[in-house]
Amino acid sequence: MSEPVTGITTPIRMEYRYTPGRTTSDFLKAMKGGRMEGRRCPSCRKVYFPARGGCSMCGREFAETVPIKETGTLATFAVVNVNFANRVIDLPYVTAEVVFDGADTTTMVLLRGVSPEEVRMGMRVKAHWIPKEEWDYSLANIDYVEPIDEPDAEYDSYKDLV
Amino acid sequence: MRDVAIVSFAQHSQRREDTRNEVEMLIPVIREALEPIGLTSQDMGFTVSGSTDYLAGQAFAFVQALDAVGPWPPISESHVEMDGAFALYEAWVRLQSGDIDTALVYSFGKSSPGDVARVLALQLEPYLLGPLWPDAVSLAALQARALLDSGKATEKDLARVVSRSRKNAQANPYAQLKGDIDEAALLDEPLYADPLRKHDVPPVSDGAAVLILAAGDRARELSSNPVWIRGIDHRIDIQSPGSRDLTVSPSTTLAAKKAGVPKDPDIAELHAPFSSQELILIEALGLDETRTSINPSGGALAANAVMVAGLQRFGEAFNRINKGDARNAVVHATSGPCLQQNLVAVLEGSN
Amino acid sequence: MSGKLAAVLGTGQTKHVSARKDVSIAGLVREAADRALADAQLEWKDIDAVVVGKAPDMFEGVMMPELYLAEALGALGKPMFRVHTAGSVGGSTAVVASHLVQGGIHERVLTVAFEKQSESNAMWALSIRIPFSQPLVAGAGGYFAPIVRGYIRKSGAPLDTGYKVVLKDRLNALKNPFAHVHDHEITYEKIAESPLLWDPIRYAETCPSSDGAAAMVIGSEAAAAKQDRPVAWIHGTSVKSEPTMGAGRDRVNPHAGRMCAQEVYKEAGITDPFRQIDCAEIYVPFSWFEPMWMENLGFAEEGTGWKMVQDGTTSLTGEMPINMSGGVLSTNPIGASGMIRFLEAANQVRGMAGEHQVPDAKVAMGHAYGGGSQFFAMWVVGSEKPTS
Repeated sequence: MSEPVTGITTPIRMEYRYTPGRTTSDFLKAMKGGRMEGRRCPSCRKVYFPARGGCSMCGREFAETVPIKETGTLATFAVVNVNFANRVIDLPYVTAEVVFDGADTTTMVLLRGVSPEEVRMGMRVKAHWIPKEEWDYSLANIDYVEPIDEPDAEYDSYKDLV
Repeated sequence: MRDVAIVSFAQHSQRREDTRNEVEMLIPVIREALEPIGLTSQDMGFTVSGSTDYLAGQAFAFVQALDAVGPWPPISESHVEMDGAFALYEAWVRLQSGDIDTALVYSFGKSSPGDVARVLALQLEPYLLGPLWPDAVSLAALQARALLDSGKATEKDLARVVSRSRKNAQANPYAQLKGDIDEAALLDEPLYADPLRKHDVPPVSDGAAVLILAAGDRARELSSNPVWIRGIDHRIDIQSPGSRDLTVSPSTTLAAKKAGVPKDPDIAELHAPFSSQELILIEALGLDETRTSINPSGGALAANAVMVAGLQRFGEAFNRINKGDARNAVVHATSGPCLQQNLVAVLEGSN
Repeated sequence: MSGKLAAVLGTGQTKHVSARKDVSIAGLVREAADRALADAQLEWKDIDAVVVGKAPDMFEGVMMPELYLAEALGALGKPMFRVHTAGSVGGSTAVVASHLVQGGIHERVLTVAFEKQSESNAMWALSIRIPFSQPLVAGAGGYFAPIVRGYIRKSGAPLDTGYKVVLKDRLNALKNPFAHVHDHEITYEKIAESPLLWDPIRYAETCPSSDGAAAMVIGSEAAAAKQDRPVAWIHGTSVKSEPTMGAGRDRVNPHAGRMCAQEVYKEAGITDPFRQIDCAEIYVPFSWFEPMWMENLGFAEEGTGWKMVQDGTTSLTGEMPINMSGGVLSTNPIGASGMIRFLEAANQVRGMAGEHQVPDAKVAMGHAYGGGSQFFAMWVVGSEKPTS
């Protein structure tokens, strides 16, 4: 008897042309121009950054555009010691969930400029952009956030977003 | 069985949709389905959707689509990796338990981002058939060839099906392909996947559909003419196209028997993406084309948003019965290569 | 109870391992289904319909694989149904199968859930870069670690709470022949010294990646009456969902989980879950989710779930045993993981859980969650027919 076949490799290659949708298109255009823009739900009045198709709490299309500041509060974070294929970063790195000023949602971004042991919830941070000539239709225009010289935010001010 | 009816339906126009994403397509359609009956998604006892990740090209594609419902406070909700018609089946089952009276069913599918005929080849058994990449059109062509060779149909019959679809679709504002085209003109077209011509193959459509179901008295409160689901059943055949007679659809015939398809229903909305499949389904369901209006909406040849097209058949039949244009209907949805899995339902008006 | 009575007549699962190279996907699901039928002392012809669940199709590279699996699962000419609700799918699949019986549609339904992660690359499937999505992705751990940090901050739990969960679960797994991870050398120190992958989550505190399948036969009251072996009566089921990215959603103690628990307790006539439920199998892919779900399920007051870990309440011999089988931390064929929770709960009240049996378990809970802690499925099963 010959050995059983225990595996075959069948490569799958497929191409897709994604449609970001109207809300995300507006967001990406703003990012390309170096502006952070959130969208407000007309029903619950919460501001989403970045905004996707609609307010998922209310099932409503968004209404007005709201400028979002480059400063924000680090609500929670992880120190990551494992790399992923889609982005190679020196280990360890810190993924931060940041509530940018003006937004009611957290955004996951890279935190730099502080050693992992010194990172704490409530830290105030600011967005650091990639060079202007490299700006694209992407949230990745914000390369990372870094700490700024402000007192930590009160826990109560962000605890609902942890 | 508890009496369950369709009380509302709305759909997104079926075409290539380049500006809206799935959530943006669904939000207005869900609102359009709920408004006439004066309810919100929060009033629903159960919500269930049908879609598939491979169409969207990303895992968990249905997760974001749920945003369109506004599931807050949290809702009772489920999802099937199947055509929306099967989501409707789950809602019907859920309503049988008796503790809830309403359900919202939705389905979305964008066939345009990828190469849909190749994407569907990923449904095939992955070790022997799948690696050969027989795409959905080629498999349907094999089925059509078997049908013609069996002597049960001719190329002229295929053209007749397409001509009827295009003509019927002229009255359907949501359809993608429509027109007053006769059989002779269709037969003059070149072959595309022998023996199929391009028009025997469905268009690439993006779409969304939403139906509201209600049980018993609740249905009568919500609609002056609720459309009752008198029977519903689904069955599956073996997948391998080499292991079955492709000219027949035993699972459709069995589901029709279980669902109690009546003799000569007024209309039939059949989910036949290929013209040859419509002929196979007509035979499997025992329909007489001279007595039953086949695909008055134009069917899947006129618009074929994958994962939506089956649920849409329910909606199209609902619209006609609800308006009084028909008394009853047989509705069909399919899944898998060459009509592998089939769902059949019988709808009937109140009046 | 809503609808007619239904009960678990038999269960089956595969020995979960990282790669089942000796079987195809069809062979894997067939193995679990055959065992469920054998346990129920039934034959394929006794099954009216088949309900299949699994997590994303990209994990195996087959779209809607139930179509091809219809043959292996004896479904030809029968209704075949496929559920996908992310990580909760194994649980919600069992709930759909229950409704087919409770709604009076069928007498006996076979339900199967599986994942054969070795056939493709799950990490790849989860990290496909959509051009305009958030650019920073660090796997499931990258998503859940900040939430765990939030729990630690809110509850003030000692940092070794997670270690104690893992130690308990991995020791329980040694009593379960089907569990994937059988680590006879496991110690508290080894867990505490394992690498910090996603601080505060250590490597030893994460679930393995498994190939495996689970199956159950669910039957009507009449079908249950014909069984020689004990059955598990379904006292209540519930599914609840909320949006992933909703502004202000509580991800540490999700509203949907609390609602789901309240609904299933109400249906099962349970007013004091800690006292009335004898044991529970809950979905804990990262150690800290045990104390978090203890609170979410109402077994503990908010902020105190960790105390039940620290004082041994959740151990196999404790007052409220949790994950007697070793849980998801010891076995994780993703799509099947939820069903394994439901199945293990059923086996407990049938008195058929083997070495990890909780003595005299009469009422047990099965729990699953998925997505970004937003999809929940639960059931409560009992050794006696429900009275409510």
